[in-house]
Amino acid sequence: MNAVTPNDSGVVKQLLAILPPHCVITDPRAKKPFETDGLTAVRQMPWVVVLPETVEQVRSVLRVCRESRVPLVPRGAGTGLSGGARPSSDGVLLGLSKLSRIIEIDPENRIARVEPGVRNLAISEAAARYGLYYAPDPSSQIACSIGGNVAENSGGVHCLKYGLTVHNVLGLKLLTIEGDELTIGGATLDSPGYDLLALFTGSEGMLGIVTEVTVRLLPVPATKRLILAAFASLEAAAGTVGRIIANGIIPAGLEMMDARAIAAAEAFVGAGYPTDAAAILLCELDGTHDEVEEQAAQVVRLMRAQQATEVRASRDDADRERMWLGRKAAFPAVGRLAPDYYCMDGTIPRARLAEVLRAIEKLSERFGLAVANVFHAGDGNLHPLILYDSNAEGELDRAEKMGGEILALCVDVGGTVTGEHGVGVEKLDAMCGQFAAPELEQFHRLKSAFDPAGLMNPGKAIPTLARCAEVGGMHVHKGNIAFPEIERF
Amino acid sequence: MARDRDDSVRLIAAVALAAAQDRPLAICGRGSKTFLAPPAIGSMLAVGDHSGVIDYRHDELVLTARAGTPLTELRRILASQRQMLAFDPPTFAGDGSLGGAIATGLSGPGRPWYGAARDAVLGITLINGRAERLVFGGQVMKNVAGYDVSRLMTGAFGTLGVLLDISVKVLPRPHHEATRAFAVDRDTALANVVTWARTPLPLAATCHVDGVLYVRLSGTEKGVRAAATQIGGDELPHGAEFWDSLRDQTHPFFGEGHCFRVALPPAAAYPALPGAWLTEWAGSLRWFRTEATREHVDLAARRLGGHATEFRDPQVPQPFDKGALKYYRRLKDAFDPKAIFNRGRLFQEIGQEAVTEANP
Repeated sequence: MNAVTPNDSGVVKQLLAILPPHCVITDPRAKKPFETDGLTAVRQMPWVVVLPETVEQVRSVLRVCRESRVPLVPRGAGTGLSGGARPSSDGVLLGLSKLSRIIEIDPENRIARVEPGVRNLAISEAAARYGLYYAPDPSSQIACSIGGNVAENSGGVHCLKYGLTVHNVLGLKLLTIEGDELTIGGATLDSPGYDLLALFTGSEGMLGIVTEVTVRLLPVPATKRLILAAFASLEAAAGTVGRIIANGIIPAGLEMMDARAIAAAEAFVGAGYPTDAAAILLCELDGTHDEVEEQAAQVVRLMRAQQATEVRASRDDADRERMWLGRKAAFPAVGRLAPDYYCMDGTIPRARLAEVLRAIEKLSERFGLAVANVFHAGDGNLHPLILYDSNAEGELDRAEKMGGEILALCVDVGGTVTGEHGVGVEKLDAMCGQFAAPELEQFHRLKSAFDPAGLMNPGKAIPTLARCAEVGGMHVHKGNIAFPEIERF
Repeated sequence: MARDRDDSVRLIAAVALAAAQDRPLAICGRGSKTFLAPPAIGSMLAVGDHSGVIDYRHDELVLTARAGTPLTELRRILASQRQMLAFDPPTFAGDGSLGGAIATGLSGPGRPWYGAARDAVLGITLINGRAERLVFGGQVMKNVAGYDVSRLMTGAFGTLGVLLDISVKVLPRPHHEATRAFAVDRDTALANVVTWARTPLPLAATCHVDGVLYVRLSGTEKGVRAAATQIGGDELPHGAEFWDSLRDQTHPFFGEGHCFRVALPPAAAYPALPGAWLTEWAGSLRWFRTEATREHVDLAARRLGGHATEFRDPQVPQPFDKGALKYYRRLKDAFDPKAIFNRGRLFQEIGQEAVTEANP
């Protein structure tokens, strides 16, 4: 363990010299909430937590870490699902939640300038009086911060039509560990030079600290309509997804739930979903009144042609909200089926949906763990929820092994191990299956361009070659893992 | 029609040899956008023969093609499925390639609504300066595994690697389009498009030039008709030809003389400089024909929160922010340690950089 204790440490003294006392947390009880993010199976008590209130304080924290060569782990709202904010036992956890000012809503230029700790939903709430909103809507949007969204390139239900975070951020201000402040982009639609905006979006806090974000705002659509269709087979539901898109319709959202997820949601909130269906699709259309009317009629025809057993469309906004309720409550609903669940995030080509869902069923039987599927079908982003009981001997281990096989399957069919949750610490091993050594080395060189000393969020997002060599060997040694001191999650 | 050919083995060998000999390479696709930046130093590496569609799945909205594939061929193939390259890259006078479109990162008149070149990129296979073939991203819509190298390559002018294969998101062609024309001065036009862009309307392009505002609407037939009634104006026949003439700069405005590309916050007032303007992207992109110097135009744009570049045949590379330049150089070194790719096209040689302050 760490030989340095917070109280006698020069680093803590330096941090206390630059930050107000209430912004430096060393007391174990006060540090406890910071030991995990949304991936609660992974826990690590941070050495010290700092919660700066100004950009200048952030800059000073970076300087202290740089000069003392102390690792630094950035954290937004702590809702991440891949352990990207797992603290270092010998490092500073830099929480950015107090930088929570909406600096400017500029309706003429359709932008919002905000600090990184501003909650995702707060931007749309502030823009609402101008008839504008911020499109990316991760399911945690009531709590998650825009800085965290940038770090993870977060998605959501509506990114099929409106894109991910990377498509909706126009500018960033950030600090590098070397103390440089970079201003990338702004209120314009492009800027000269390398696309650092894209590079930083989804970089999982490995390259720098975002201190200000400029996002684009969109006009709130005039009309929204939700169409629910039930199907007697996964194949029919999955086939309908491709048919809708092949017919030139890009729905605002296109979500799918399987029988187990439907049953769980019904038992939890009673949204009126058909519990005898093998799968349902929820298709939201938005736009002008005439456009939505025309597309809705077309979608209903396509669903019927695909043997939907039931099709219903929302009558008004209140009805639409009710129909969404089951989907929005699906994760907590599934959470009632078992003490724990493990949420996966692979993305696959849409044409392989039915095949991959069937393969996941087989894995579920083989591992003896139930799976519920509720996911973004329109962009092929799966969220299998593996149900397990962390108190039952070996179940967490089985759930993680099964998750690893699901991700390998996603890569095999031409997909990726993570669509929107990030790699964090959780999918480091899965990354070894997706990338070859030269690509991983290129990633490491890229990180070194911004963080030559390797202090920013060390050990996350990109596995070392040594680790990948070991992952390959782990199967050979049948559980006798070499180098047990190296952490595996 | 260009031949389908995988030329990657030859290209990798050529890069390996150049790296071993410390010999710079000037990457050339189909040569249609050479005028966008100073010429690269070195012997030519022609990638035009690395051509052909590798995979196109219309119901996946994904197309993968080799970098040398001509854009006209891609447009033809996509049109057969009623789809399109949403970023609508310019082809200019020649016939651009997909690789050139991504390397230069330019997008057409629909950019604010359909996204930019970088928004469409899903995955790239490239050769780095160590002559390694690397694959980043993929063929799926959402992918956050590893750093977004594919988008970093977009607009990098080939300075970080030789693009081999590119996967892009494609979109359905709108069922219906209409172009409305209004005789208004430029300030009224700007006020109108700024208002309309805040309104839920099926906008797909705007342009103000020579006292006329053009607005493209796209979507379903009923939706477009309703929007046309709402905003008014007169129907412009053959609207598609007009928008193509903007995209490829065959419109008479782009004829003779100096032309600056000025990117501004959309609602920014026009700078008080003498010259003629053509404004696209609901105010975000403004082309400026003027006798004013580069320094004057750039300073005026920066004061408004934007930037200006000489679009054709700039004598020196674009000036970069001093803070960013340090990291650009390190990124360049991370991908191309011997600086063999497109030397001089994006950066001047070390020690001669044109540098601007971030916030003058």
